[in-house]
Amino acid sequence: MSKMVNLKINGIDVSVEAGTTILEAAEKLKIKIPVLCYHKDLCIAGNCRVCVVEVVGSRKLVAACATPVNEGLEILTNSLLVRNARKDIIELLLSEHNADCTKCYRNGNCELQDLAAEYKITNQDFIDLAHGTYTIDDLSPSIVKDDSRCIRCQRCVRTCTELQSVGALSVAHKGSEMKISTFFDRNIREVVCTNCGQCVIHCPTGALVEKTYIERVWDAIADPTKHVVVQTATAVRIGLGEELELDAGSRVTGKMVSALKRLGFDSVLDTDFTADLTIMEEGTELLHRLKANLVEGDTSEPLPLTTSCSPGWVKFFEHTFPDMLDHMSTCKSPQQMFGALAKTYFAKKIEVDPENMVSVSIMPCTAKKYEADRPEMRDSGQKDVDYVLTTRELAVMIKQAGIQFSDLPEEKYDSIMGQSTGAAVIFGATGGVMEAALRTAYEIVTGREVPFENLNITPVRGLEGVREASVKIENVLPDWKFLEGAELKCCVAHGLANARKVMEKVQNKEVEYHFIEIMACPGGCLGGGGQPIPTNDEIRKKRMDAIYEEDANMTLRKSHENPEVVQIYKEFLGEPLGKESHKLLHTEYFERQRY
Amino acid sequence: MTDIQQLVGELVKKHGTKREKLLPILQGVIEKERSLSDYAMIEIAKQLGISAADVYGTATFYSFMDTEPRGENIIRVCKTITCFMKGKNQILLALEDALKIKLGETTPDKKFTLLETNCLGWCHKAPAMLINDEIYTDLTIERVHEIIGEYKNK
Amino acid sequence: MGKNMLKRIDLIFKNEHDTDEILSKIFKRSNDDLINDLIGSGLKGRGGAGFPTGLKWKLTSEAKDDEKYVICNADEGEPGTFKDREILTQVPHKVLTGMAVCGRIIGAKKGFIYLRGEYNFLKPHLNEEIDKFHAILKKLGSDFRIEIFSGSGAYICGEESSLMESMEGKRGEPRNKPPFPTEKGYLGKPTVINNVETLAHAWTIFKYGPKKFRDLGVQDSRGSKLFSVSGDTPIAGIYELELGMSLQDFVDDFGDDDCKAVQVGGAAGFCVPRKKFRETAIGYQGKLTGISLPTGGSMMLFNSSRSMYNVLKNYLEFFEEESCGQCTPCRVGCQQLLEGIEAVKRGEKHQHYLNKLLRLSETMKMTAKCGLGQSVANSFSSIVENFREEMIY
Repeated sequence: MSKMVNLKINGIDVSVEAGTTILEAAEKLKIKIPVLCYHKDLCIAGNCRVCVVEVVGSRKLVAACATPVNEGLEILTNSLLVRNARKDIIELLLSEHNADCTKCYRNGNCELQDLAAEYKITNQDFIDLAHGTYTIDDLSPSIVKDDSRCIRCQRCVRTCTELQSVGALSVAHKGSEMKISTFFDRNIREVVCTNCGQCVIHCPTGALVEKTYIERVWDAIADPTKHVVVQTATAVRIGLGEELELDAGSRVTGKMVSALKRLGFDSVLDTDFTADLTIMEEGTELLHRLKANLVEGDTSEPLPLTTSCSPGWVKFFEHTFPDMLDHMSTCKSPQQMFGALAKTYFAKKIEVDPENMVSVSIMPCTAKKYEADRPEMRDSGQKDVDYVLTTRELAVMIKQAGIQFSDLPEEKYDSIMGQSTGAAVIFGATGGVMEAALRTAYEIVTGREVPFENLNITPVRGLEGVREASVKIENVLPDWKFLEGAELKCCVAHGLANARKVMEKVQNKEVEYHFIEIMACPGGCLGGGGQPIPTNDEIRKKRMDAIYEEDANMTLRKSHENPEVVQIYKEFLGEPLGKESHKLLHTEYFERQRY
Repeated sequence: MTDIQQLVGELVKKHGTKREKLLPILQGVIEKERSLSDYAMIEIAKQLGISAADVYGTATFYSFMDTEPRGENIIRVCKTITCFMKGKNQILLALEDALKIKLGETTPDKKFTLLETNCLGWCHKAPAMLINDEIYTDLTIERVHEIIGEYKNK
Repeated sequence: MGKNMLKRIDLIFKNEHDTDEILSKIFKRSNDDLINDLIGSGLKGRGGAGFPTGLKWKLTSEAKDDEKYVICNADEGEPGTFKDREILTQVPHKVLTGMAVCGRIIGAKKGFIYLRGEYNFLKPHLNEEIDKFHAILKKLGSDFRIEIFSGSGAYICGEESSLMESMEGKRGEPRNKPPFPTEKGYLGKPTVINNVETLAHAWTIFKYGPKKFRDLGVQDSRGSKLFSVSGDTPIAGIYELELGMSLQDFVDDFGDDDCKAVQVGGAAGFCVPRKKFRETAIGYQGKLTGISLPTGGSMMLFNSSRSMYNVLKNYLEFFEEESCGQCTPCRVGCQQLLEGIEAVKRGEKHQHYLNKLLRLSETMKMTAKCGLGQSVANSFSSIVENFREEMIY
């Protein structure tokens, strides 16, 4: 244990470990110090200066977030000096910020607005510097960057470089010209941006927001000639509540379905159905590759196989590891499998002309907006998924419709492509796809359930950045003789910085895995760029617990047991990796530029 | 391989690929090319294993790392207080007159770019200017025309 | 003018080239002995901040690490300062010697001279001198090596932590402190970073003993200092003078008989109006009576033909461009101060707005992340307070 340090904050004694910052020490006393550039996910910047506090005896104020405590320190967090300075700093930020709050996408959920309200900044004496010269980049299908709303706290840059190691955003120029910029200030859609949206959930203001499609969805719903199908990703049901005044980790599946029906969607279906389908396809692909590599010595489809359901990860891979594209599973993500089937299989079943069908998906993700826009994603003959909304956008629609969310009854998804299993539910957490795949693959190969208590493969769960697990395969069924005694080596990584580390090791042949699950966002989809703001590890943990609870409460917990999945193979697809699957459920990848 | 790739390759060979060599490498490109093109920065980023945006962000921090095309000779007139007091505006007018361009512009023959800069450290011999790495002090309008004449004949 | 009130000192530029002799003598002495000499001399950092040099070396020598660095800060960017360039032109061997001795004491094998891009023309000469110096070190059995690192036009890189960020290939943005360079400097290793002049003074102190240096100056402002004199003076140039001098004596020597203000310490320093010349002394704050102003040596004189509004505007334009831009008070504050005085001048803002700006400058002083942002208030408040009428009409 490290040394303890004693200090006084606002006259109250507190004892903390050496190395603790003043901000953390104050937190311990439940004294709130305002912050803007500080975020628990990120390294300390100390640049907004909103958190300045007075150290008794010093003529300078110090940034509470960046200053470690010392023995005997006396801190004042609300002295006249501090209040005046803090007010000046907030005023300065407002003076370079387009403070036209009523016209801002983040109106009502903005950290700068909250501070301005708290400090009652009513008369803005400083000269307005936010005039004219700023650009708004709204060409990306996922993210809008409005420099006039930017307060240059650099959270987004730290997110993009440290957390995600994407490096699409950087701080450029200096002095009054200093700004957050892409390479040569190109449009976000032209650069290495993966559309993961982590910058969006880390931005304190409206400088980086999702591109919204709410109005287009309302238009579709209002159009009597259109049949509007909606699919909901697994992480939405454990995130949505937060946007509608429920606690983090509230499971709201039934209420969400009920709300979607009230909003006027014609068919309310579940992306989890195609998550189960993904497991069938990807699990089969894994077994196929294992056989090809281990028995036939055919390395044209090499190992390790990596998952492909996270579109941020897919684009990152295309930019960063163009020589390794054949490692990525050819399976489309559950969203895109769903889209392709909605306008083929489902349309036929319910007898709707696919041209009159509008396919909407609700995702915890901003990259899904980009994914739906990829030119390959038109295997149904039309755009497979027309509009993608984030969890946050769905909450906006629910509020706009005047629905009292917490009072809603619980309802069930419509049938055909509405049924799912616990295996699909856990897709929303990092490690979930791996766990779901193992539950199915192990059983296909051995005829027995995966040897973990209650099917809970705990080694692949948790928030550790990179996790490894291996499963010994014994007493296999006759078809899988070549796997007898084999140890299936798996790796799970979340957050693109971790993904890069793992893939560099694979590239340098430092590790030998068979299967790697990667999710672009820290925590997996539950911490996706389309989820409620704020998101941090404490909240991720709560959402994660909710996901595993939901899984534990399901009767069906293995993808291959989903009766609708069994049915679709029988009626429509034939078999996993079969001809029809290949056409509708699989895709290809492309090398992309490096800036 | 393009010329830029070759140049960056040589610089990387000389300095290595550590992050702390970024400035010397950028300076090496500037020395040859006078400015940093997007191609050069993408190549440097690739060689050093950092993002192109990071290279761009770093380069744009430094006043002498131009990311716009510049002429063969970059003239930087000091605009800070003593040079300002000692008539830098007249010097600037004389330069604009001699080069037939405005401040911030490059001559059509790409021979000169005219810029201002902050304190050059010659306040006791103001006004002063840099042409590339050469310093010129105690400037007068006549002297400016002489100097530009010399460069034009080079 | 030209009253010769102040004694001209000739230590730094003294023509002496016995580098090998001095170094071999120094290398025979113990580290403690050398540090004691340095502490005893009372030498403080000549870049302007005035941290005791001996203590800095001592702290770094006590830091436990296999790798340490010595950096000579030759990013002389403060408006009105040009002495370091002259030292590196005329007596670079003294600076190199100071670096090598520091390296010996703290246990560093590598030294860097961070030379501002504006001084690139010095490089060939300096590299020659470094080669010669390396030969001497080799003869003495030292494997200490010095290398030049070029800046590329950024005033803020004179701030020590920005300088190190810049050397690490990044944007030259100041770091949070603590930790200080003595603990975590270049590449996270313990580092001594000294101004060019400080290192040159070390030569004098080690060659002649601490007393010769200590006998110059007053109280806690010991020794001599180079002053870069510019502006409205008939004898602009570089002068070595004793610390502790009165500003009146200085103006009597260097002014043009019509001096209305002296800017001490460059754009980041203070503007002293004529009526305060007598009570102002040039030295480190502490025991001096009256106003004492520390300085990196920039002395800019303004006569009555000058508009102090134009002077201030020029400074603020400088800061607005040269702020690194990362912290709010400096990035936005500089713009507000500049646009604010322009608005008052144009009559768009009432003159009372100057009071709001003065308060803002105080906030900047208290809350900015680094010395640059904190020091903008110095020139702002001293000019606005002393020449308020020039700001308005």
